[in-house]
Amino acid sequence: MLLKLTFNSLYARLLTVAMTVFAISLSLMLYMSVEKLRTSAYTSFTDTISQTDLIVGARTSSVQLLLYSVFRIGNATNNITWESYEDVINKKEVAWSVPISLGDSHKGFRVMGTNSEFFKRYKFRGGQSIELEQGNNLDDLYDVIIGAGVAEKLNYSVGTPLIVSHGLQSFSDHDDQPFRVSGILAKTGTPVDNTVIVSLEAIEAIHVDWSTGAKIPGQITPVEEIRQMDLSPKNITAALIGVNSKLQIFQLQRWINEYPEESLSSILPGVALQELWRIVGVVENLLLGISVTVIFTTLIGMTAIIFSSLNERRREMAIWRAMGASPKVVIGLLMLEAFIISVMSIIVSTVMLFLTLYVLQPWIDNTYGILVNIETLAVKDIYIFMLFILSASLVSLIPAIRAYWFSINDGMTIKI
Amino acid sequence: MEKSNLNEKTIQINSVKFHWSNKSKFKLHIPELSVDKGEKVLLLGESGSGKTTLLSLICGFLTPLSGNIQLNEKLINDLSATKRDQYRSDNIGIIFQQFNLLPYANVIDNILLPLYFSKSRSANVNNQRETAISICKSLRLPEDVVNMKASELSVGQQQRVAVARALIGNPPLVIADEPTSSLDTDAQTIFLDLMFSQVASSNSTLLMVSHDKSLSSKFDRVIDMKNVSEKE
Repeated sequence: MLLKLTFNSLYARLLTVAMTVFAISLSLMLYMSVEKLRTSAYTSFTDTISQTDLIVGARTSSVQLLLYSVFRIGNATNNITWESYEDVINKKEVAWSVPISLGDSHKGFRVMGTNSEFFKRYKFRGGQSIELEQGNNLDDLYDVIIGAGVAEKLNYSVGTPLIVSHGLQSFSDHDDQPFRVSGILAKTGTPVDNTVIVSLEAIEAIHVDWSTGAKIPGQITPVEEIRQMDLSPKNITAALIGVNSKLQIFQLQRWINEYPEESLSSILPGVALQELWRIVGVVENLLLGISVTVIFTTLIGMTAIIFSSLNERRREMAIWRAMGASPKVVIGLLMLEAFIISVMSIIVSTVMLFLTLYVLQPWIDNTYGILVNIETLAVKDIYIFMLFILSASLVSLIPAIRAYWFSINDGMTIKI
Repeated sequence: MEKSNLNEKTIQINSVKFHWSNKSKFKLHIPELSVDKGEKVLLLGESGSGKTTLLSLICGFLTPLSGNIQLNEKLINDLSATKRDQYRSDNIGIIFQQFNLLPYANVIDNILLPLYFSKSRSANVNNQRETAISICKSLRLPEDVVNMKASELSVGQQQRVAVARALIGNPPLVIADEPTSSLDTDAQTIFLDLMFSQVASSNSTLLMVSHDKSLSSKFDRVIDMKNVSEKE
């Protein structure tokens, strides 16, 4: 009966209660959206590269090496020689390797030289392989494979000619050696989408007439002549390494880091990703802080609403007391109201969240490469809900205790 | 008026003293006051004479600073707050001056509310809904009123529903705090007649507070606050 009457009481104040529920739901939804995006961004971020045991590059910090080799952000401090690379991959612990050569660009998109191993070995999102959506592999020296993002933003298709620019912000183009789009990769939600992939030989080819970062004046080697040249790579920027046994990772890492011929760094991608996420995590903590503040503010708002209605409900409290309800029942009634409001808010916010995510998921995936999981609520969400209900019930104690004193002091005299 | 036992006292008050901590001027001292079982008593008094405070003491909302209050020979001022609440629920039906009902609840729920808190009163009612409807009929409330929201009733109807609620489960004592003050003269007479007949059929004792002396003739006995309380 108490539950029924509490619902009736709430229903009698439908507009106020509905607005309260809506306000709380919005703040809860904001919190859950941030949390969903945060966890999804983290998952997408850490899933950018998987099943690679080590990344090798010139001596630098682990975060910087990860940034330029995987996320194509920033520049390498130095290259590593092909000889050093061969020394590394000839170690018995190495099962496979993917050389990467970076430094050039095309209309703002990074150009990456690599070999066919990249398409076989590069894994993302828990082991998915990259796939060609259209076209073919790098069959010709001047073939490029572009990521889905490049194709979409530049409106390129298989067969489209393109010119690679020297460096990242250079006005010098390798226009004497035009390329052609041979294939377009399926969307991955990783930096690969925004990468222009060429062969390592192509990187050597476009730099035939270049020396120490500048074009040699007056030297233009014909393309046909270049095709006949030995284009074996002399340097690479980094390499992805897979080992035969996970037990050998640290041993190999130490060997590389202590390699005497050249200063090299080898990093564990997972560890570096965590380090990097800690830096990025400041923003997520800020967002989280804002959401929690919003929830806290809403809880205060709910308390204020219960408080403001208290005086006009003083007569109602006196009726309850006259019927034999103890002051504890009066407290319980107000806490029950807060409980019902918070449960309703949770239900409304969850429905709103899932509807919003359902509509926005494809857009978020396409725009930001973040695949938001909308299938279930996480255990953490359930804990947050329970904490919210508990907090709402606790803050409702403030007006409830006030009502308690009213009900004790009013007796038969109802003061309004 | 036939009384079940003239020697049995429903209310017995001895040397009760009370004052509010924040109202230094107001002091209530009742040397002796008693109401017999089955009696219909009118408690007259001017505003500020302490009528409502006395009712709050009898109902167990307040406890006296000294003295004894016995209801059905049970000393209630020695009971804990929780037991006083339970005792009130089991033994007293209360009618306020106005706004007696929970506005958002329907008439039936309002009438049955005391039974939720009192097992003993609940045990006196076989079929709660039928009993509530029957009392409503006796109080000449329209048949369809039981499912209406309390806020949809006229003031007179609300007061009669309050009587039904006070009487359900046959509590030994009914306390009414100026229940007719918001009614016109004709409605007052009808209301009091209906209340008296229902109180009589429940074999309950009625203690009604008013400042309207013209009602005196309708009661078995009139107690004037001036005569029962001593100024200090």
